[in-house]
Formats: sequence, C-alpha cells, structure tokens
Amino acid sequence: MSELDLTKLIFGRLTLESIPYHEPILIVTFVMVALGGLALLGFITYKKAWGYLWSEWFTSIDHKKIGIMYMVLAIVMLLRGFSDAILMRIQQAWAVGDAAGYLPPDHYDQIFTAHGVIMIFFVAMPMITGIMNYVVPLQIGARDVAFPFLNNFSFWMTTSGAVLVMASLFVGEFAKTGWLAYPPVSGIIKSPGVGVDYYIWSLQLAGVGTLLSGVNLLVTIVKMRAPGMSLMRMPVFSWTALCTNVLIVAAFPVLTAVLAMLALDRYLGTAFFTSDLGGNVMMYINLIWIWGHPEVYILVLPAFGVFSEIVSTFSRKRLFGYASMVYATVVITVLSYLVWLHHFFTMGSGPTVNSFFGITTMIISIPTGAKVFNWLFTMYRGRIEMEVPMLWTLGFIITFVIGGMTGVLLAVPPADFVLHNSLFLVAHFHNVIIGGVLFGMFAGITYWYPKAFGYKLDPFWGKMSFWFWTIGFYFAFMPLYVLGLMGVTRRMNHFDDPSVQIWFIIAAFGAFLIAIGIASFLIQLVVSYRRRDELRDETGDPWHGRTLEWSTSSPPPYYNFAFTPRVHDMDAWWQMKEHGYKRPEEGFLPIHMPKNTGAGIILAGIATVLGFALIWHMWLLAGISFLALLAVAIGHTFNYDRDYHIPADEVAGIEANRTRMLANHV
Amino acid sequence: MSETTHDTLAGNAERGEPLQFHETTEHHPETGTLLGFWIYLMSDCLIFASLFATYGVLGRSYADGPTGMELFDLPLVAMNTSLLLLSSITYGFAMLRMQANHLRGTMVWLAITGLLGAGFLGLELYEFNHLIHEGAGPWRSGFLSSFFGLVGTHGLHVLFGIVWLVTLLFQLKKHGLIPENQRRLFCLSMFWHFLDVVWIGVFTFVYLMGVLP
Repeated sequence: MSELDLTKLIFGRLTLESIPYHEPILIVTFVMVALGGLALLGFITYKKAWGYLWSEWFTSIDHKKIGIMYMVLAIVMLLRGFSDAILMRIQQAWAVGDAAGYLPPDHYDQIFTAHGVIMIFFVAMPMITGIMNYVVPLQIGARDVAFPFLNNFSFWMTTSGAVLVMASLFVGEFAKTGWLAYPPVSGIIKSPGVGVDYYIWSLQLAGVGTLLSGVNLLVTIVKMRAPGMSLMRMPVFSWTALCTNVLIVAAFPVLTAVLAMLALDRYLGTAFFTSDLGGNVMMYINLIWIWGHPEVYILVLPAFGVFSEIVSTFSRKRLFGYASMVYATVVITVLSYLVWLHHFFTMGSGPTVNSFFGITTMIISIPTGAKVFNWLFTMYRGRIEMEVPMLWTLGFIITFVIGGMTGVLLAVPPADFVLHNSLFLVAHFHNVIIGGVLFGMFAGITYWYPKAFGYKLDPFWGKMSFWFWTIGFYFAFMPLYVLGLMGVTRRMNHFDDPSVQIWFIIAAFGAFLIAIGIASFLIQLVVSYRRRDELRDETGDPWHGRTLEWSTSSPPPYYNFAFTPRVHDMDAWWQMKEHGYKRPEEGFLPIHMPKNTGAGIILAGIATVLGFALIWHMWLLAGISFLALLAVAIGHTFNYDRDYHIPADEVAGIEANRTRMLANHV
Repeated sequence: MSETTHDTLAGNAERGEPLQFHETTEHHPETGTLLGFWIYLMSDCLIFASLFATYGVLGRSYADGPTGMELFDLPLVAMNTSLLLLSSITYGFAMLRMQANHLRGTMVWLAITGLLGAGFLGLELYEFNHLIHEGAGPWRSGFLSSFFGLVGTHGLHVLFGIVWLVTLLFQLKKHGLIPENQRRLFCLSMFWHFLDVVWIGVFTFVYLMGVLP
C-alpha cells in the first residue's frame, strides 16, 4: 500500500498505459517525429552548434533574433496543425454511409481540438508576435524593446505551451472538447482524463508569454519612438501593433481567469461551471468569448498593418487615407469588446440583447470596409509592382471581403439561429483567418525576409505557394459554405447522408492543394538559401521602402541604428531619400545595450515541468518545480549587471563594412 | 517633447536650413518600467474584474448551502481590512523615507508593512479554515466557489507581495537605495496600493453586501 502511494506521489496518474502504443497512427507519427528529432539533434551536435545556438539564439535578448525564433516555432507548429487538418479532411470525405473511415470519434475529437488550439495559439499568435517583435523596434527607430529579458522569457513561455501540446500527442491524450473547451463537456465528469488538463496548462503557460510580450511591445511603442515620431507619424504597421497589444493586455487576463476557474472545478471540485450546486455554464462561455472575440482582432490587425505597408511600397505611393486608417484601427479595437455575444446568439438572451450584439457586429464592417477602400485607393493610379507580397495582398483583399460578407450574414441573429454550429461558420472563420491572418503573415514574411536575412526569397516558389494556397483555399472552404447551408453541423466524424460526400471530396482536394502551397513555401526557403548570392540585398532597401527599417543594413546590426534617427514625416525613410540623406560614416559613439541571459529559457523549462506535473497530478514534482521556479525568478532579480556598452570602435568597424558594401553595390 | 523638437526643426527647414535626420549624441529613450508595471497592474485588474463578475453572477447561488449572512463575521473582516489599509499607510511612510534617501527608515517601514500584510493573511487563513470546517468550503456551492476564488486570488497576491517585499529588503541591504532599487520600491508600492483598492471592492461587494438579506 505504501509503495503504491509512493508511486502515485511521484508519477501521479502517469502509467505505461498512458502511452498510446495501441494506436498505429500515433506510433508511426511518434517514430517519424522521433527520427526527425534525433536527426536534427545529431546534426546540431555534428556541427558542434550547441554552444552557438545557446549563446547566440536561446539566451539572446535581441528582438530580431527572438522575432525569428517565434517564426520558426510558428512554422513548425503550422506543419503539426495542418497535418491535423488533412487527417480530418480525409476522414470526412471517406466516412459516409457504411464507411466508418479510419478515425474513431475518440481520436477524431482530439484532432479537431488540437487543430484549433494549435492554429490559433501556436501558429497565428507566434507569427504575429514574431513579426511585431522583429519589425516594430526597427520601424520606430529603437534599439530594442522596452524589456529585452522579458521578451526572451515570453518567447520561451509560448514555446513551453507548445511543448506541452506536442507531448499530449504521445503521452496521454489531448482534449476532445473543441478548441474552447466548453463545460460541462470539459468538466471532470465528462472529461476525467488528462486531455483538458493539457489544454488548460499549455494555454496558461503560453498565456503568460503572450501577456508579457503585449505589455512589452505596448511600452516599447509608447516610450521608445525616435525623436520626432509623433503618434500620427507612426507607420501603420506599428499602429496596428499598438492596438493589437492593447487588445492582448486587455483580453488575455480574462482567458487566464476563466481557465483558472475551470482548473479549480477540475482539481478542487468547485462549482463555477458545473451543472449542479449553483454553477453556471454560460458564465464560462461568456467569459471565454470576452477574450475570444478580441483575440480574432489581435490576429488580424497586424495583418492589416502588413498589407498597408506593402500596398503603399509596391504602389510607389503614400498610403491613401493614413489618418482614416489609424482611426479605423482604433475603432475596431474598441468595438471588438462589444460583440462577443454573437458567438452564442442561441443562448437565448432575448431579442434586445441579441439585436444589440448583432448591430455592433455589423458596425465593425464599417471601419474594416474603410480600410479596404484605402488599400484600393492607394493602388489607384499607383505604379503597381506585382512582387510576391503584393500578390498575397490582392489575394487577401478578394478573399477577406468574401469572408467579411459571410460574417455580416452571420451577424443577423435569425440567420445565425439557422447557421449556428454549422459548417457555414467553419467556412466563414477559415475564410477570414486564412484569407486575412495567414495571407498577411506570408505577405509579411516575403516582404521583411530580405531585411532579416540579407537576401530576398525566390519569387518563383513564392508564386507557387501563393497560387496553391489561394486556389486550394477556395476548393477547401467554398464547399463548406454549401454544406453549412444544407444544414451539416461541424465536428462530425461520420455522415449518414451520401449526398454530402461529393462536397467533402472537393474540400479534401482543396486541402491537398494547400499542402502543395505549404511545401512550396518550405522549398522556397531552401531554394532562396542556396541562391542567396544572386538574391542578395546589399542596400538594405530592396523594395524601395518608405519606413525606417529600410534605412539600416540587411540584416541590421544588433544595435539597429548607429545613430538614432530623427523623424519629420510619416514615410520617414522616403523623405530621407528625397532629401538626399547621407548616412554618417564617422563620429560613432559607444552604444548602450542589454546583455544576454539564460534566465528566460531556464524559467520556462521549469514551468514546462510544472505544467506536466500538474497535468499528471505528480504533486511532489509539482511542488519541487514550483519552488524551483520561485527560486530562479528571485535569483534572477539579484542580477543587477544587465547591460554593457558596445565600444565606439566596434560600431565604427561594422559601419565601415556597410560603407564598403554600399560602395560595391553602386 | 518630440513635438517641440519637430517644431523647431520645421522652423529650421522654413529658414532654408537642411533637415537633420539623425541624432548626433547618445539618445536615451525614457525608461518604461513604471508604465509597463502599471499596464501589467491594469491587466491584473481585469483578472479581478472577471472574478468579480463571476461573483456577481454566482454570489447568490447558495445551492441550499450557507449564505453570506450566516457565514461572514464582519468584526473579523473589519480587523482584517484595517490591517491592510494600515499597511498601505506604512508603505507610504517607507516611500517618504526613500525620498529622503534614508535607507534604514525605508527598511523599517517596509518591514512593518510586511508584518501587517502577514497579519492580514493570517486572519484570512483563519477565516478560510473556519469556513471549511463549518462545511462551507469552495466546493459547497457556486456562491462559495466564487467567494473563495475572488478572496483567495487576492490573498495569493498579498502573499506574492510579501515574498517580493522580503526579497527587496535583502536587495536594499545589499545595494542600498540605488536607482534600480528605488524603481523596484515604486513598483511594489503600486502593487501594494493596488491590492488595497481591490480589497476595498472585496470588502464592500462581497462582505458588506453579502450580509444583506
């Protein structure tokens, strides 16, 4: 008996039975991931790159490197999230009538939950955070973010959330509840396993990272703009980043609170969201959407910013209606808090409440429409260059407008009563998230890639990626609109009615086109690396850009700017070029910079262990790791030696290199 | 600040002088720590807002269990509240000593603040323990879940504040009132007063209104 208790104390609920070795799909996946992982680790060891990775990347507090690490995380997780999507598409195309398909409901439910959670929290969020991290300080003429250490810590907390989600694939199970884990399904009675606990703790860990990075970028934008850059001279991408971070800071605490209450229900048996003892399930649904609706604007606003930069750069024109663009962004920011109830009109809150939320939802389309017109008018009579970022932008404008219109349709409560929980809704939000956020991120990656790595991305494979994604998207999601109107509900792993099958087959075909689009993107990265000498950007300004990030070299030196820029115009770099600006070649000064630290990755590593221990009820390990977390955090505060000066000679050396490079170019 | 710089520069341009496009001396952006901490506090405030909202919804869902009127011991809570409010005043004294650059006085007042905080926490734990022994634990009803959720979260914050305060005492002893430590004292000060403000909400909304029929 005492031996049993000891095992339980150490291992909690974790037994050998928790490893799903009886599921062939998972075993194959595991073997592939393990082999791939071992190959990667072996390669790094072979190249003796561990020291380099540790000192130059993992412990780096340089916002540019952290931004790139966010992108790497997002792309890796995109592959995972997309595999889930393909699995679902095959199952639904197959399992009609007598055919049962290959995924039992138990497994299928985990897949759609993991797909949603991963795509939102570990693909879209790291992508927007990564791009904001990379671009914002450069755009506002700053040397780093306001809190460089926190930035590193935020990244690793996001990663530790992703690690837990990935672990759930091979140890135990993931939630079977859908991506927002509504109770009572997510309660302890209906979901006694570890799935929902994986969900809770991975999101709580990643949420810490997101919230802190929100505070960080917000302060960076408010306090660290270059002299002369008043708010109304700030590039539009930085404006959208500002609004997104306001939303992050104002929305994520609600998610933290509501998941904590769900955890209390599951761990302590409280009655927040239970069906008995006075709990209230709708309380959960209200709170999670008070976070959830702003979340979609958190994702899409930076994408709007990316498109604004790209449209004006590739039309060789100042952005049309800058001020209206800024106000539209701010209006969307505010309105995004006033619409959450449209996610559950069917709750039955009565005509007054539903009409209020229906109308506020429709009103959001006004500032969004203003933005679309601004982009169109920017292009009007511009000298448009059809580079790959511009293609993504055009694809976005068309696709997003369609998604926006189906959104307005869903905002009408009576229509929503019919379409609620149907594939129409699934089609709608994929339409805006793929057409808006994802296209925006691909546009942004292509646009800023030369800045980050010093060479452009290969345009052929970029176009391949664009066309396969776009056409694939229409094949994959237009059928879902049809199915939704036919009354097919979401999250089904089997259909009795054979007439729906053809639409699912078309959708599966679309998903395969998207797979080629993703493959093209990866090939593009490899091909561009191999052709890097031909694609090299020596000027630092490959697209004839308008904003400050193009005034420094590609890639920028770790201090970004040898001298802090002074801004007199919204398109600061454009104006500098027009005035025949000569970059200074002497008189360099020592530059004050923060030091790298390993505290972030260590803290996040311990937090991952803590999360894992809590999921499996390993109370001993949980206690130890919590104390360790506290000790390391306090220990870190005793380190007062956090910055240093780059000597003026070093700056002069780096800048002299750039002078030579520019001279060679001309 | 940046606006005025711009205006003089525009003036220069009008007089035909070339625009200056970079700083020639080292540029020091303003430190954002206090603003950042304030923003963090506002986000924390939203956690409390969610918990208050939950209490607002569930606060009368007794599920045939005990009600606030039966459970709350107002004299105890009044005592508790006085301790916390007093600790805010003593923290204020610590800050005044800090402004006067008086290390010892700062540390003494900080220590008193910490003790008052610990007293508050002790009484709260006593109250929780008492409730649980009376069969009114957080699992008894929606009302009690939301009560423990809200008051307990506040208590955890006070506990965290005390850990921070003790850490800061060691750091003050080691480095004195250097700018970094002054900044930390400012942040903890905001945190501590913030918890006080939240408690006033708890006291009014949970305890005083809770004993009403």
